[in-house]
Amino acid sequence: MSLDKPYTDVPGTTIFDADMSRMGYHLNQFCMSLMKAENRARFKANERAYLDEWPMTEEQKQAVLDRDLNRCISLGGNIYFLAKIGATDGKSFQQMAGSMTGMTEEQYRDMMVKGGRSVEGNRYTGEKK
Amino acid sequence: MARISASVFTSHVPAIGAALDLGKTGEDYWKPVFAGYDFAKQWEKEQKPDVVFLVFNDHATAFSLDMIPTFAIGTAAEYQPADEGWGPRPVPKVIGHPKLAAHIAQSVIQDDFDLTIVNKMDVDHGLTVPLSLVFGQVDAWPCPVIPFAVNVVQYPVPSGRRCFMLGKAIRKAIESYDEPLNVQIWGTGGMSHQLQGPRAGLINREWDNAFLDKLINDPEGLSKVPHIDYVREAGSEGIELVMWLIARGAMSDVNETKKGNAPTVRHRFYHVPASNTAVGHVILENN
Repeated sequence: MSLDKPYTDVPGTTIFDADMSRMGYHLNQFCMSLMKAENRARFKANERAYLDEWPMTEEQKQAVLDRDLNRCISLGGNIYFLAKIGATDGKSFQQMAGSMTGMTEEQYRDMMVKGGRSVEGNRYTGEKK
Repeated sequence: MARISASVFTSHVPAIGAALDLGKTGEDYWKPVFAGYDFAKQWEKEQKPDVVFLVFNDHATAFSLDMIPTFAIGTAAEYQPADEGWGPRPVPKVIGHPKLAAHIAQSVIQDDFDLTIVNKMDVDHGLTVPLSLVFGQVDAWPCPVIPFAVNVVQYPVPSGRRCFMLGKAIRKAIESYDEPLNVQIWGTGGMSHQLQGPRAGLINREWDNAFLDKLINDPEGLSKVPHIDYVREAGSEGIELVMWLIARGAMSDVNETKKGNAPTVRHRFYHVPASNTAVGHVILENN
């Protein structure tokens, strides 16, 4: 019997549920390790070597190296964990969120100042805008 | 006996903490946000709560994916502000109330809510930003705080209904405590926001304000709203709003024992944006 997942038709949105968490466990725990200054320093000194200490998939490692947050999320990453990479890079949460939308930092900030992204046309996948 | 005198609801946006800590409160971008909390600061000076029971969520700070408690009550004597990757916020340490917290844990678990008991935990912006907004920039927080962490990071998170019923059990626990304490219960998080994916930046002013209306006038009905409505309408991180129902469930008008009248709305505030998020803030006094 399949589980009830009513949230798969929300556009541009990945819900971090138990299945995603299982896939992303090591990716997210790697992110968590960046809470410690000494680990941040080691990661920055050699990102590839640091990532190789974790039993992550090659795809996950590459997504981190590319700072492709959408890809990280599709591979089980959760935004609150991925934010530790952003903190290591000196990025704000707004810069990180904006980086996933295809907008420039300035465009994203302007959109937020003007009241944010409208829900109209953004409720269901395939919905007409 | 202890009593719950009021509930306070507020967003806990991390950028608000950063704006406070970096002295940006006078900037045009931030002024309207902080103006919305002037009332709360004055009101708290008159209310002088003995304890704040603070419902919040941890953001991958104290709880990694090693352990994911759905409901966790802090029974420690004190809690340090956490280093979330940018260094700890320069705010006072949080003093707990182990005796009342242990009493609540015992009572609520006997009422069929399986709490996790936490004796060691650093607290992140989810807890310290509400304290800063409501109490201001102080050398010490004016009263002890009982942190109550809810998992809203990994789905499924607890339902609005479950949160509302839990609030009722917390009320029963507090009202059975022997000391005559003035306790406030705070619900934090929200309002509409989405921090991930191509839909990041979603804000839904209309939905948020309808949520505030129902929080005040029809919490029972609001508690039946399913998760998917929060996600679709208020963004994937808007789900934090279920935590407000814990605080609302602890108010006297929705409880059978010592049932009271509808609460007085002392303050209501809504503003867009603070960084990626809509900010909501309500104060309800018990009657």
